[in-house]
Amino acid sequence: MVHGYDALDDKTLNTRTGKGGLGIARRENLEAYLFLLPWIIGFLVLTIGPILASLGLSFTDWQVGLGMNFIGLENFRLMVVEDDLFKKSLGVTFNYSLMALPAGIVVALAMALLLNQKVFGIGVFRTIYYLPAVTSGVAVAMLWAWIFNSEFGLLNWALDLINVKGPAWLLEPRWALPAFAVMSLWGAGGLMIIYLASLQAIPQTLYEAAQIDGANVARQFLHVTLPMLTPTILFNLVVGIIAVFQTFTNAYIMTAGGPNFATYFYVLHLYNNAFGYARMGYASALAWVLFVIVLVMTLAVLRTSQYWVFYSGEKE
Amino acid sequence: MSLQAPADKPQGWTFTYKTRRAVVQLAVLLVGSAVFLTPLGWMVLTSLKPTEQIFLFPPEFIPKPVEWDNYAEAWSQGEFWTYTQNSTLVAALNIAGNIFGSSLPAFAFARLRFTGRRVLFLIMLSTMMVPIWVTIVPTFLLFKFFGWNGTLLPLIVPGFFAVPFYTFLLRQYFLGISHELEDAARMDGANSLTIYFRIVMPLARPALATVAIFAFVYHWNDLITPLIYLTDEKLFTVALGLSRFRNSYRMEMSHMMAAATFALVPVLIIYFFTQRLFIQGIVLSGSKG
Repeated sequence: MVHGYDALDDKTLNTRTGKGGLGIARRENLEAYLFLLPWIIGFLVLTIGPILASLGLSFTDWQVGLGMNFIGLENFRLMVVEDDLFKKSLGVTFNYSLMALPAGIVVALAMALLLNQKVFGIGVFRTIYYLPAVTSGVAVAMLWAWIFNSEFGLLNWALDLINVKGPAWLLEPRWALPAFAVMSLWGAGGLMIIYLASLQAIPQTLYEAAQIDGANVARQFLHVTLPMLTPTILFNLVVGIIAVFQTFTNAYIMTAGGPNFATYFYVLHLYNNAFGYARMGYASALAWVLFVIVLVMTLAVLRTSQYWVFYSGEKE
Repeated sequence: MSLQAPADKPQGWTFTYKTRRAVVQLAVLLVGSAVFLTPLGWMVLTSLKPTEQIFLFPPEFIPKPVEWDNYAEAWSQGEFWTYTQNSTLVAALNIAGNIFGSSLPAFAFARLRFTGRRVLFLIMLSTMMVPIWVTIVPTFLLFKFFGWNGTLLPLIVPGFFAVPFYTFLLRQYFLGISHELEDAARMDGANSLTIYFRIVMPLARPALATVAIFAFVYHWNDLITPLIYLTDEKLFTVALGLSRFRNSYRMEMSHMMAAATFALVPVLIIYFFTQRLFIQGIVLSGSKG
């Protein structure tokens, strides 16, 4: 058992052997806060300060170079009533999550099951499957834009081999977002590693017990593997939702939000308002909506988890 | 786990079944490997092709002749040497900053007792969830007020304050370090700073290396921060320089892929040599607090 902070509760502060008394506790406090200083400053100046400041700014019409007026909830009214691109970008982001998140979880889980076998050279295979997950950013976006090229791209060549005429992917509003989802599956190795670690943490005795009860491989998967993995699936879902709401680089490089706003992700709209039109007040309002969405989605997933997530060792 | 072959089946059956199973598994794994490696292979092959060989359907995979000059030409079209220096500087300072800025609070959360520890730790955990886009506008305005915009400072200075994710990761690792050495040192009158520098940090080298690797990859790849703060091409990072490359229409596909390969190679090299640390870091961060 590690020395978790649960084991050493704050109440035990003054009961340490050898030294005692409030003076020591106070000195310990001071010492600890000095160690915490990098986090405390960062938290105040770079996290909570900006969050509150953007809340304040979201009630103004401030545009850099022009004046700043307090306009109450006007920005939020604009968003809902007049800003079609706000709605468009929200829709794009949600559509993309519905495509990419479930597909990512299924593919990553399949990869993890495959890589959890004892096969010759499995270490090399794990290295290869995980490799794309460490690459990201502009270079990868440029590479995939070329792969999705409608005439000379690798993907449509592969489809041509099985006699399928591939679409123009990034040039077609219908296919641009699915193309992004396909690309995201290439990096599913990141999720795969987390599933692999959880798979390996499942006690072998559970499988042995299931076998004694006559469960076949499929039943073992449904009644042992899957329930034991639900905490990991939940974790990945929460992290995934937050990640999707920050999709920027791929869209900025590959399509710049096009064609016809088909890949106009939420943060592209935020970026354009803040750094394209210098509408800092409106951009702050968009940032706060993002904050609330992420918060609500996370809480909602955590709330529903009690119906489908199984924690081993938990009392029924 | 080895299952006994049922008694009524001939022994040979088990052997062939196992062999067949292994062959199928290997085949699936090989196909999967091809799928995951092909995009990167396609990138490298394209980067070495002469122009007339690129726009062909069906594609020709082997460059004929191999044009190494594409790399030299791509290199000279952007100021890649400058970009590389800037990216290296930013990444190196962030590695140092992240290691110290995150390990100090992690030490307090893992090894010291103080009032409010539980609450502060929960606050820190919840800030891990805050997207950078939520804080980006006021942070931009703050740095503008400092007169930092257009310099590398906004890319460097924040790295010296704790990154919640790394703080959490290091705290998890610090929790697992035995208390015996620490107790012995305390008996000899060592204070917390000594414990931190002499005992915990040396023992946590694998976790610190993981943070360093993550920090390098993050800052090497990051586009958003350079895009927002930098205007002078002399200060561009590789990622930002590459994005400008992408927007110039005169650019040849082979040159773009050469530049992309160049940008990915450092990350790939680091991955190949330190994959164990990569994977440990991800697993460590996924473990329950």
